[in-house]
Amino acid sequence: MRIICPVKRVPDTAADKKINPDDNTVNRDASEPVLNANDEWAIEEAMRIKERTPGTEVVALCMGPDAAQSIVRKALSYGLDAAIQVTDPALHGSDAAATARVLAKALEGETYDLIIMGNQSSDARSMLVPAMLAEYLGLPALTFCQKLEVDGTTFRAERQTSNGYQVVEAQGPVVVSVVEAINEPRYPSFKGIMAAKSKPLTTKALGDLGVDAGEVGLGGSRTQVLDVTPRPPKQAGDKVEDDGSGTVGAKAIADFLTAKKFI
Amino acid sequence: MADILVFVDHDKGTVKKVTAQMLTAAKQKGGTVTAAVFGEGAAAAVERIGAFGASKAYVWEAPEADQYATEPQVAALVKAVQESGAQVVFYAAEPFTNDIAARAAVRLGAGVVTDANDVVFEGDTAVVTKAIFGGDMTSRCRVKDGHIQFISVKPNAFTAEESGGSAEAVQLSVDVDDNAKRAKIVDTVAQSAGGRPDVTEAAVIVAGGRGLGNAEGFGLIEQLADTLKAGVGASRAATDAGWYPHSHQIGQTGKTVSPTLYIGAGISGAIQHRAGMQTSQTIIAINKDPEAPIFSIADIGIVGDLYKVIPPLVAEINARKG
Repeated sequence: MRIICPVKRVPDTAADKKINPDDNTVNRDASEPVLNANDEWAIEEAMRIKERTPGTEVVALCMGPDAAQSIVRKALSYGLDAAIQVTDPALHGSDAAATARVLAKALEGETYDLIIMGNQSSDARSMLVPAMLAEYLGLPALTFCQKLEVDGTTFRAERQTSNGYQVVEAQGPVVVSVVEAINEPRYPSFKGIMAAKSKPLTTKALGDLGVDAGEVGLGGSRTQVLDVTPRPPKQAGDKVEDDGSGTVGAKAIADFLTAKKFI
Repeated sequence: MADILVFVDHDKGTVKKVTAQMLTAAKQKGGTVTAAVFGEGAAAAVERIGAFGASKAYVWEAPEADQYATEPQVAALVKAVQESGAQVVFYAAEPFTNDIAARAAVRLGAGVVTDANDVVFEGDTAVVTKAIFGGDMTSRCRVKDGHIQFISVKPNAFTAEESGGSAEAVQLSVDVDDNAKRAKIVDTVAQSAGGRPDVTEAAVIVAGGRGLGNAEGFGLIEQLADTLKAGVGASRAATDAGWYPHSHQIGQTGKTVSPTLYIGAGISGAIQHRAGMQTSQTIIAINKDPEAPIFSIADIGIVGDLYKVIPPLVAEINARKG
């Protein structure tokens, strides 16, 4: 079996977020590169399939600038076999559709049974890329997957709903996007971290994919960001100390709710 | 003025709140408003669709819509967009509808802007205001000229208002080929008790976290939620511990919510959680730790034991509701 894990480099949530003022793109260099958390669950799921299915190869796929290479190596350190990085200055400012199209082009000519990725990235959070990637590849997609069963070429996914789940089955190859509930990711071992340095990493530029620069990036994307404004930080309100009985706190909240006309 | 097609989110014919809100916004801001409604109960939804502002509803109620995930509805949505001639499509910012819209947008060469908190039209262009980085910043985005504009709308971005109209029902003829039937729905399982608003749609949310100490503590959270007709949320610590379903998790890796009122009990307010709720209009926090970060964004904070505070709070609210 061959599994592809698309991964994304995102800013650190805990760090100050910065936008490049000249083109309203995310400044991912402003903090240490971080592997998108949701992709870690996808990698873990791929590794579990690999461990129980002899002969499985897992390959990371990342679209990002040179600086994203460190997170590609981080993905490899979980035990993945190889990686493909698509990097080209023209990709800067690509929106979800352009990204999905490039990822699809990068997979042209590759064989795979499963493409598994996080359902969203912690920066853009559009939740568009997995479905769009499946559309560009002409594949079914099993998204928001909280449990994945693989039986030969049949993939059976529990898709998380607002009050439970939906069980969906499809023949591979499929695109699967995962939610947090699916598993608890391992920590890369020291051996894995060391081995990641020498795992094969293929770099591709737009020319290698047959994609024209005019179809991607700031100019080629169908959407644009007009402006970005920091929100004024929320001011802390009153802090009331309960006296231990609960009634002081309860009354303070009830009075507040009444004053604000919630009750 | 832009003609707007609203992709209806409904539950077996019961139109969801966000749909009523989108139709209202479309009627107030756009030109001709039409709707696309698919699956079981679609025909029954047409009356409410008309009441909230659509003049025409494209209806597709074939079994394939409910038997296979996503792709049959993608074909139907593409057909509805083409027949309506709409320049703009509003759809609910919910996971499954997002998938359908995403694939339809690729087929139509459309642009997609997600999670609108507001939409203002400049000519035929929808300028979307959205929160980014967990609400640290606000951004305005648009689809470029020459592309149909798909816009996902957050629940409660707009207020629903009936305009007393009616919609003409038009049966949509959709070609569902074998390719569209590759993802078969084999089962649907409901796990939480119905009746509470969905956490992504709720105007009021009561959330519980690590401070509850155990799963039983959510009984108190639910009591408080029910007295306020609220949805129930949970922090990642609580869902990881198995105290509440993951589908209710609010935070960076879970759901982002922006209710009118958010009450967090036993939630410290770590940045990953704040990223999922800090744009809530009003925030109330109950926590034993006076240094809990959540207090820095709370409009009122109670330093105290939630097990002591919540029972008299529930009683007090019930008493005042009369």
